[in-house]
Amino acid sequence: MNKILRKEQLSDEVWRMEIEVPHIARERKAGQFIILQVDVDFGERIPLTVADADTERGSITLVFQTVGATTHKLAELNEGDKVASVLGPLGRPSIIEKVGRVTCVGGGIGAAPLFPIVQANKAVGNHVTVVLGARNKELLIMEKDMRKTADEVIVCTDDGSHGRKGLVTEPLKELCESGTPPDGVVAIGPPIMMKFCAETTRPFEIPTTVSLNTIMIDGTGMCGGCRVTVGGETKFVCVDGPEFDGHKVDFDNMMKRNLAYKNSETRAHDSYHEAGECNLEKAARVMEKNNE
Amino acid sequence: MSEKTQLDKKAKVLLEGLLKEGELKAKDRLQIPQQQMPAQPSEERIKNNFEVATGYTEAMARVEALRCLQCVNKPCVEGCPVAIDIPAFIKAIAEARHNDAIGIIKQTSLLPSVCGRVCPQETQCMERCTLGKALKDMEKGVAIGRLERFAADLERESGKTVPPSIKPETGKKVAVIGSGPAGITFAVDVRREGHSVTLFEALHKPGGVLMYGIPEFRLPKSIVEKEIDNLEKMGVEIVPNFVIGRSRSLKSLLEEDGYSAVFIGSGAGLPKFMGIPGENLVGVFSANEYLTRANLMKAYDTERSATPISRGKRVAVFGGGNVAMDAARTAVRLGAEKVYLVYRRTEKEMPARIEEVSHAKEEGVEFLLLQNATKIIGDENDHVTGIECIRYELGEPDESGRRSPVPIGGSEFVMDVDSVIVAIGNESNPLIAATTPEIEVDKRGRILVDENNETSMRGVFAGGDIVLGAATVILAMGEGRNAAAAVNARMQSADSHK
Ligand SMILES: Cc1cc2nc3c(=O)[nH]c(=O)nc-3n(C[C@H](O)[C@H](O)[C@H](O)COP(=O)(O)OP(=O)(O)OC[C@H]3O[C@@H](n4cnc5c(N)ncnc54)[C@H](O)[C@@H]3O)c2cc1C
Ligand SMILES: Cc1cc2nc3c(=O)[nH]c(=O)nc-3n(C[C@H](O)[C@H](O)[C@H](O)COP(=O)(O)OP(=O)(O)OC[C@H]3O[C@@H](n4cnc5c(N)ncnc54)[C@H](O)[C@@H]3O)c2cc1C
Ligand code: SF4
Ligand code: SF4
Ligand code: FES
Repeated sequence: MNKILRKEQLSDEVWRMEIEVPHIARERKAGQFIILQVDVDFGERIPLTVADADTERGSITLVFQTVGATTHKLAELNEGDKVASVLGPLGRPSIIEKVGRVTCVGGGIGAAPLFPIVQANKAVGNHVTVVLGARNKELLIMEKDMRKTADEVIVCTDDGSHGRKGLVTEPLKELCESGTPPDGVVAIGPPIMMKFCAETTRPFEIPTTVSLNTIMIDGTGMCGGCRVTVGGETKFVCVDGPEFDGHKVDFDNMMKRNLAYKNSETRAHDSYHEAGECNLEKAARVMEKNNE
Repeated sequence: MSEKTQLDKKAKVLLEGLLKEGELKAKDRLQIPQQQMPAQPSEERIKNNFEVATGYTEAMARVEALRCLQCVNKPCVEGCPVAIDIPAFIKAIAEARHNDAIGIIKQTSLLPSVCGRVCPQETQCMERCTLGKALKDMEKGVAIGRLERFAADLERESGKTVPPSIKPETGKKVAVIGSGPAGITFAVDVRREGHSVTLFEALHKPGGVLMYGIPEFRLPKSIVEKEIDNLEKMGVEIVPNFVIGRSRSLKSLLEEDGYSAVFIGSGAGLPKFMGIPGENLVGVFSANEYLTRANLMKAYDTERSATPISRGKRVAVFGGGNVAMDAARTAVRLGAEKVYLVYRRTEKEMPARIEEVSHAKEEGVEFLLLQNATKIIGDENDHVTGIECIRYELGEPDESGRRSPVPIGGSEFVMDVDSVIVAIGNESNPLIAATTPEIEVDKRGRILVDENNETSMRGVFAGGDIVLGAATVILAMGEGRNAAAAVNARMQSADSHK
């Protein structure tokens, strides 16, 4: 159990790992996540989405970005090593229905958790358009998988090094304005991206689902650390989510809460990257500026 | 000389005198002073995480035991949810037959080193004690819990703990969901009958609240780990990181995995919030989150733990139970300069144990009684900067005779704090009920059970906080026992019908 069967580097800071956990491989559904630890005694518990699973091999696939201490330690493990603890599958599965046309937007690492949702939407017979975004070509992941699965794939990069130059909200807006607007939108990526995707679809009243990545501890509905405000009510991402109606989520509060432990955690990140700046945060800043 | 050494010296002198007197009369026993529990001085203990109360020495335990009047009608036993034969074990301690003492306790209680520390004795066994009544002060009754702890610690520290003997294997399998006191007790009792037992736990360490909630300084984790070790020695299989309802459905346990019975001890669930503005600001935590970071994730150990924890300088804790006290005292230990405990009623109504309340006060926690927060205030970054409170007064008595607090209009005031910990209780854990519709729950999500602790789904039993709402360790244990007895009987009759 928990043995790393395969490890692959997708980009500078992004890794794919296939881990043997038969019971999770068997039970998991699109949209669900796991919580893992690299060290049981003192390690942090971090949530990662199950990007894929293979019931025959009894394995799940995780795609993660190295942002802090735990993701860096995880990336240091090799094939054959064991991840100390893996709990799951957690959260409610995505609700996938045949609605017609669905646009799936993935920003940065968000492309990984988006993939099973794209697959599931195809499986029920929806027409799926994927919009993939990243800061530059090197950071773009999953393009090949998406092209194999979706009906249409639009790629954007902030610097124009691959695909269109610009943010994912631009093609999303064009799709909404087109003669064949999506009947539903799913957006997964940095909170700031999900916020602006929701803002983009709001005037068109297109149902927009987002998958929230809050801070979590137990992931079983015991601690309340993952709470967010949705439609004025407090919800718990690990048991009520992770997917919510993007038009109702209070993203500003969520983003501030995610930075609650920033000082202690950026310290950990910096000790791995002498350079200092965290990519996620940089991306978020660009996003915010461009949308002002 | 440390306080403990001094107390021990005094106790030794006293004990020698008492032993010389031969058979003690009731009035002699009434004269014996209650033995104080030695504790780390408050100015020292707030700088560490070690246990506050350090435990009786043998002399102190024997002196305390000699205070017991050995009442024939044993009122104390009625007050104990698991009916430990209290006078018998106390007599054994008085006579220095400590092995006998622990043997008597263990006939009915499985976790004496835990209960001796955390039982709310003042509302249970001690409340009924004749000695306390005679001295017109319940707190002056025989210190039953401290004696229980003494006997249990002595055995554990001797390393000679004998695991219960196990009957020949029956080949039958039973599953337990949750490794809190209810699950542990159930597992032991069923395993003793020779059934094979698998205990599933969602977290990475077994023990339930004993592990993630109650702080190290009140219940050292090494004690809980020892109890878990004993379970494993008995052959109970423990599966951590496995959440029933997600990793596997309850139904599959029964229908596909070959378990003949299941016990649900899944405990309390999502923390309650007050529904006031500002509760999702940065710096507002549920007590569960705060304590889980501190205990289970060992965040107090900044050198080694990867989990961060807020180290507020001015902390307000909302609530008046054990959980609130634990959170407040944890904040003190994490370096807060000022910790306030905001409670709507008066100290008399506080559900926390008397000992916790006085320990919290000694450690500098300031009690703001008959007050309640109405709003949490934040800055432009959504960081907590203060709370708005309102004062209360006690109104007319209601049907139960209790005077409930009513807010005084216009008495609002603002206090500067940088963190808020909400400790006003929990909802029931919803996962099992949500994924197993066959199991009936009440309006508050508590699982409904019959007198055998069996749920509406045959072969599925439940007990502890998931049935009782927020209760106590000893009640959870009692329920585990009750369910185990029913399961064991069911298995036996199934056999005899073959
Ligand atoms: C349901 C869910 C699913 C997720 N799925 C994935 C996934 O598939 N792949 C993936 O790479 N990440 C995913 N995340 C995010 C991932 O959990 C965090 O990146 C991880 O916890 C960081 O741990 P760390 O110890 O390496 O970094 P830390 O030291 O904890 O944090 C480093 C930096 O990242 C920021 N940060 C911390 N947690 C989060 C978060 N949850 N979201 C955004 N920023 C954060 C911190 O503010 C800090 O600046 C998911 C989160 C949730 C809640
Ligand atoms: C901070 C705090 C202080 C307290 N102080 C005292 C005190 O001083 N004295 C006292 O008597 N009582 C005290 N209590 C109350 C006492 O701890 C509880 O009443 C008792 O622990 C309940 O036991 P339980 O076995 O029902 O559940 P818990 O101890 O809550 O254990 C339940 C376990 O089940 C696991 N679980 C839940 N769902 C699943 C699932 N689906 N699959 C697998 N595992 C699952 C949970 O992770 C948990 O480990 C305190 C409680 C808290 C929170
Ligand atoms: S288990 Fe609790 S109630 Fe029973 S005797 Fe011990 S301290 Fe008293
Ligand atoms: S009631 Fe008190 S004095 Fe009487 S037997 Fe019980 S502990 Fe002893
Ligand atoms: S992570 Fe603890 S309640 Fe969601």
